Amino acid sequence: MHYQGKVKVRFKKSVLEPQGKAVELQLKETHHSGILEIRVGKWIDVLIDAESEKEALSKLQALADEVLYNPVMEVCEIEVEKV
Amino acid sequence: MNSNNAKARNLRAGVLYFPGTNCERDLVHALENIYGIKTELLWHTESFQTEHDLYFVPGGFSYGDYLRSGALAARSISMRSLKEAAQQGRMIVGICNGFQILTEAGLLPGALVRNEKLKHVCRWVGLEAAGKWAAHIDKPFQLPVSHSEGNYIAPEETIRELVNEGRILCKYSENVNGSTENIAGITDRSGRILGLMPHPERALEPTNDFTYTKNTPGRYFFDTLLGMV
Repeated sequence: MHYQGKVKVRFKKSVLEPQGKAVELQLKETHHSGILEIRVGKWIDVLIDAESEKEALSKLQALADEVLYNPVMEVCEIEVEKV
Repeated sequence: MNSNNAKARNLRAGVLYFPGTNCERDLVHALENIYGIKTELLWHTESFQTEHDLYFVPGGFSYGDYLRSGALAARSISMRSLKEAAQQGRMIVGICNGFQILTEAGLLPGALVRNEKLKHVCRWVGLEAAGKWAAHIDKPFQLPVSHSEGNYIAPEETIRELVNEGRILCKYSENVNGSTENIAGITDRSGRILGLMPHPERALEPTNDFTYTKNTPGRYFFDTLLGMV
């Protein structure tokens, strides 16, 4: 069975995220009201072959832990959906 | 020729390289032609016998910096051999992208993130040796840097350890990228795994020296390093 995995990787709050900061400052300068903070992250789609949702999730978690995010600077959320 | 006489000692070096690495030839030139060290290039798809006295992970843009700088190179087959070499206590030096690769591989702590001001910094910078290296290089010197992700971060506890254990190798005199504690380079606990953002291999020839003083300041680094091998 195939599962669509989604991996959302964001910088930790404690880490300066300069791209988001640049977008934020520019948009604030151009008078978009009510915009308080912008942080840019990554979205990674992974198509997975697995017998069950549980297995797909565990495969995706292993991949995320091995390489898709770096816990020194980032946090990661994952989810899978049957396709 | 340097005072450590690397040639007479028959030292052998291995230089790892990956798709997108672009400083490996500068290192081979430095090691072979300036220091007389027999040097072998090690491609990422091959494991290798850990029979060299020291290893380098050079600068560049391995895998186009995709995912994170150094992330994909750090998981290469050749890196498994490099981890064995680390366990055997071989000297390992990561320069620029090589530093990023060593942190991604877990051989050095912390991480290198985007420069604070988002700009690629390509210039000569003032440096001071720190920690245990301060005894070897006792005056300020300058080296070229060229990077977009040289801003060193680590958990507070790690930074404290680096400071207290004398494991900061060198600091910027002027913080060019937002790096914590002005860190330009660090070592692991053993002092035998080194990572630094500046490029000593680009400052070994009199013609490299932008100050026209013909100081070749890269030799401070290499002479000290080879004295430790």
